[in-house]
Amino acid sequence: MSIRNIAASQIADAVEKLVIEANYYLPQDVRSALESAREKEASPLCRDILGDILRNADIAAMREMPICQDTGLAVFFVELGQDVHIEGDFQSAMDDGVKRGYKNGYLRKSTQDNVLGERVNRGDNTPAICHIELCSGDKIKITFCPKGGGSENMSAVGMLTPSQGREGVKNFIVDTVQKAGSNPCPPIIVGVGVGGTMEKAAILAKKSLCREVGKPSDDTDTAAFEKEVLEEINKLGIGAQGFGGTQTALAVHVLTHPVHLASLPVAVNIQCHAARHKTIVI
Amino acid sequence: MKRIRLPLNDEIVKSLHAGDRVMLTGTIYTGRDEAHLYLKRMIERGEKLPFDLSGAVIYYVGPCPAKPGQVIGSAGPTTSGRMDAYAPMLLERGLKGMVGKGKRNDAVRQSMMKNTCCYFAAIGGAGALISDSIKKAEVIAFPELGAEAIYRLEVEDFPCTVVLDCYGDDLYKI
Repeated sequence: MSIRNIAASQIADAVEKLVIEANYYLPQDVRSALESAREKEASPLCRDILGDILRNADIAAMREMPICQDTGLAVFFVELGQDVHIEGDFQSAMDDGVKRGYKNGYLRKSTQDNVLGERVNRGDNTPAICHIELCSGDKIKITFCPKGGGSENMSAVGMLTPSQGREGVKNFIVDTVQKAGSNPCPPIIVGVGVGGTMEKAAILAKKSLCREVGKPSDDTDTAAFEKEVLEEINKLGIGAQGFGGTQTALAVHVLTHPVHLASLPVAVNIQCHAARHKTIVI
Repeated sequence: MKRIRLPLNDEIVKSLHAGDRVMLTGTIYTGRDEAHLYLKRMIERGEKLPFDLSGAVIYYVGPCPAKPGQVIGSAGPTTSGRMDAYAPMLLERGLKGMVGKGKRNDAVRQSMMKNTCCYFAAIGGAGALISDSIKKAEVIAFPELGAEAIYRLEVEDFPCTVVLDCYGDDLYKI
């Protein structure tokens, strides 16, 4: 197998474009899920709100402007082919793409330094947060999912015990959504990681949000669990923007991982309806 | 849909009830986490605030930068709960309305009832749609805060919903 060279500048250019497009254009899967929620919603007020949310996406696309002013921290999932050789520094290339994308796309820069003291905006939205997985092949697949503060703040990790089991996991997810209420801009997508260690569960929860909205898990039992939890969540009555309706979540996505015999970590990562995600392959 | 001309006064606020969809026209001021901290420090030092609070409406927003030719970039609401620590202090000094998204704590609710104020929710995540109703935007304080600076906005038919009224009713709990 020969090694394929990819210039760092090529990665930076691709990331710049990716960052801008993901923030301007709501993905089709999210749009379809919102349309279907509008049809199913029982509350007239929430139906109106869902209509406005769809109209917002149209305006953003037409004027080429961000769907939401919270253009997030720049989070990436990277599948790096092991036969790729990057000419230059990978993290610098990602940061360069983020810097240029957030500047040239007129996106909001939300990253601050000095987290324990007087905060200072970094002014360029770097660093890119990169979750890198090494895989076979000679390509780089980059998925960008900018994450806003409002929904991220409502996320939670629970270190349950094995005896709490499936029911305990379900209750933890539903409780987290209930506590979040109107804050994370419902209708939400609920990303869940179950198993592994604390950080593994958290990363799986975020990764699950990159899945096409509403596409069930490949695993039949997990898919049944997702459906069951979604039904419970939509009984909470939170509705679009928390105004009281039947469509609180568009989907529940669950990823699982083998787990220590003593543990049952659960991470719930809440995603607002502006579920921006876009993938490119270099 | 009720049309409201700003600034607010007791009479207007008393006519609003949780669940009403309204459209605001007039001047509103922006401010979020850092700007509120700065306002608090100014009040503690006895300094004059950068705008007159009486009858004023504060919008919790940190907009995107405007593209050339735009008044403002996307400008949807941020989560209001983070401003709960500061809101009563401003309500005591004449602030009549707040626009954001999400729940408020009981101290804010009590202060709103005492001072006859109204809390509106704009649609979180509809920043492009909302920016349409903003006709003028000017930074009037703390420019060093960037998106978190205080802007004076002139809005026309700015769409929002009454969540918490001066009678203590909360749309999120109805």
